[in-house]
Amino acid sequence: MKKLLLGNEAIARGVYEAGVGVATAYPGTPSTEITECIAQYDEIFAEWAPNEKVALEVAIGASVAGARSCCSMKHVGLNVAADPLFTASYTGVNGGLVLFVADDPGMHSSQNEQDTRIIARGAKVPVLEPSDSRECKEFTKIAFEISEEFDTPVIVRLSTRVSHSRGLVELNDRINYELKPYVKNPAKYVMMPGYAKRRHPLVEERMKKLREYSNNSGLNRIEWGDKKIGIITSGISYQYSKEVFPDASFLKLGMVHPLPEGLIRDFAKEVETLYVIEELEPFIENQCLKMEIKVIGKELLPVIGEYSAGLIKERLLGIKEEKLNNLNEDVPARPPVLCPGCPHRGTYYVLKKLKLNVMGDIGCYTLGAIAPLESVDTTVCMGASIGMAHGMEKARGTDAARKTVAVIGDSTFIHSGITGLIDIVYNKGTSTVIILDNSITGMTGHQDNPTTGYTIKGEPTKQVDLEKLCQAIGIERVRICDPFDLSEFEKVVREEIAAEEPSVIIAQRPCALLKYVKHGKPLTINSDKCTTCRMCMRLGCPAIVDKGGHIEINSALCVGCNLCTKVCRFNAIEKAGGVE
Amino acid sequence: MINRSIMIVGVGGQGTLLTSRVLGDVAVSLGLDVKVSEVHGMSQRGGSVVTYVKMGEVVYSPIVEKNEADILLCFEQLEALRWIDYAKKDGSIIVNSQRIDPMPVITGKAVYPENIIDKIKADYPQAISVPALDIARSCGNIKAVNMVMIGVMAKHTDIDRDIWIKAIERNVKPQFIEMNIKAFNMGYDFEEVK
Ligand SMILES: Cc1ncc(C[n+]2csc(CCOP(=O)(O)OP(=O)(O)O)c2C)c(N)n1
Repeated sequence: MKKLLLGNEAIARGVYEAGVGVATAYPGTPSTEITECIAQYDEIFAEWAPNEKVALEVAIGASVAGARSCCSMKHVGLNVAADPLFTASYTGVNGGLVLFVADDPGMHSSQNEQDTRIIARGAKVPVLEPSDSRECKEFTKIAFEISEEFDTPVIVRLSTRVSHSRGLVELNDRINYELKPYVKNPAKYVMMPGYAKRRHPLVEERMKKLREYSNNSGLNRIEWGDKKIGIITSGISYQYSKEVFPDASFLKLGMVHPLPEGLIRDFAKEVETLYVIEELEPFIENQCLKMEIKVIGKELLPVIGEYSAGLIKERLLGIKEEKLNNLNEDVPARPPVLCPGCPHRGTYYVLKKLKLNVMGDIGCYTLGAIAPLESVDTTVCMGASIGMAHGMEKARGTDAARKTVAVIGDSTFIHSGITGLIDIVYNKGTSTVIILDNSITGMTGHQDNPTTGYTIKGEPTKQVDLEKLCQAIGIERVRICDPFDLSEFEKVVREEIAAEEPSVIIAQRPCALLKYVKHGKPLTINSDKCTTCRMCMRLGCPAIVDKGGHIEINSALCVGCNLCTKVCRFNAIEKAGGVE
Repeated sequence: MINRSIMIVGVGGQGTLLTSRVLGDVAVSLGLDVKVSEVHGMSQRGGSVVTYVKMGEVVYSPIVEKNEADILLCFEQLEALRWIDYAKKDGSIIVNSQRIDPMPVITGKAVYPENIIDKIKADYPQAISVPALDIARSCGNIKAVNMVMIGVMAKHTDIDRDIWIKAIERNVKPQFIEMNIKAFNMGYDFEEVK
């Protein structure tokens, strides 16, 4: 049977068919759906871990225990998981161990554009790169075989377009994978210098064998066509290139690390002009240059952003699509925004009013950097807000801490904020940290986390009590407050930043998109009372629109959260009479 | 012609994902190869969202390029203008007349262009404007905008009405089938008053 599956769903199907026993992840676009789909198979234990490092460690443990296991994350997640990865490369595996890592060229939903192949090369682990959903499933199963045959973790590298495109996939049955026996083997699994020194040469030996495999396995294949043009490519770039050069010869790489040197040489010899087409870093290209093979790649194609057939055509053939219309209007940008009813809006309204320095973090609340809320000063990586607030205080003195807060979401706080908070307590900081507790991991599309009380499979579980957690590490001032109670929230923030000791404010209100959150009817503006003072416009609510002469509420967007009624001094905002 | 390139453009949260799912399902029931490129993640928070659907004998790239879309299905006027260069000169252009102001317009840093639909029609006389939000409202649920839009689009293809209805039935929850089919039919039977 064939089904139309997202690349990520096809990976999940491959994981199922490969007989995997344990699947872990921390969410991150564009990788999230992999583990959400895996969780629907009863045969597989799946979990959201607090962060990628823990997720990978759990998967390594399961592999050592003899099960096939996998771990999924976005590209920056691999930085967090790099520590276990680099040494798991030395220990190797027992049951097959595969990492699914999704890059985001073009930064649709990310803070940088790093290339996973570079980290994989550093860690000396093989990388497979599927180019569509069908290959996502197929390569997943091959990845587990490679992992066991060569005693190594394997990375399957995805990109936004592969993860989030649907294609037809043939479904097969799950294999019956017997747990491998668990045998105590410190020389393999205890990586202290004495043992690690004996493992490293094995890693180098393994890379040699993998190079051989890369030459001979069907993962890398030549499609001969017209030999005037030869193209070496992989992943989604293969699909774009096929559209632009339907008749050319292709060396289509499914294994991008280590590269098949023999095959590249054979291919290069036969073609007149050789292009390397790859998004992000010149990874394949540099290998060719090292082998003294002349290729055209990054001299014409960018290292920045996402490719498309149109871009390749323009850069390599100089053909640009004509404009067929006379529409030259300026089209205003439409950046993502905090949703109508979003609890973060209340928090930022107050922080902006108090003109504070806000050390930001990663999540929906990063959108508080955009006008008109424009409150966030910094965003680097998950968890950074707290360390950076502390650094600000240590650099500029405690006065700075009286004007600075860190803001961090519940999921992000558990991911890597708690360690920063311990640092503040330990090193005598006096910063104020606001935990934006919206009861969910919002940005990535509503995943449960250790603070929500549910597992990935929707089973009730113990819930981390944020208040007690903060108290336990030595924060004596912990306040809980509803960010939609604007006056109380403002009072609490004023008191806590003034305090000469570390403090935490838990801004508690569930995400407006959660099913159980029920607001009332949409609101409307009573034009008799409205003085067009535009206070409500300062909330940056997408439902409140300035029509030039008057203010209107878009009833198709308004969720009736009532926040705007609290900033209107003329009581001009009322419940609409209509039924919705 | 069996090769078709369709682009669905709109604002995050407008339900374009279900639209592309139905389209993909239709392609499968016609026995075609198909790829659908979706948007998940940050843009779903009210950003500009574009979904591509390509069907044919063999489909390589999941992405539709400029001047390539046989159908440009626009859930919001400004988004129609943003992506208009992707439509074929004689392609079907269907625009929901709904307006959603983006944040730069709300904050006064940019201006929402006037008379977008008329301007598009000057270059593409075949373009159709649909009050999909009002139609959906009359079906009892403003979320059915996507079904109204699918209905209008279906009318402009040579694919049987029944194939669309079956695809919708397979992709919405049983309790919502009736309302969704009603919205689809109202879209299908919609005639623009010129
Ligand atoms: C290391 C790393 N892992 C994952 C992500 C993807 N990511 C961005 S924001 C976010 C979750 C934010 O959730 P939360 O902190 O609860 O804030 P909310 O979005 O709910 O406001 C995740 C998982 C990332 N950017 N970096």
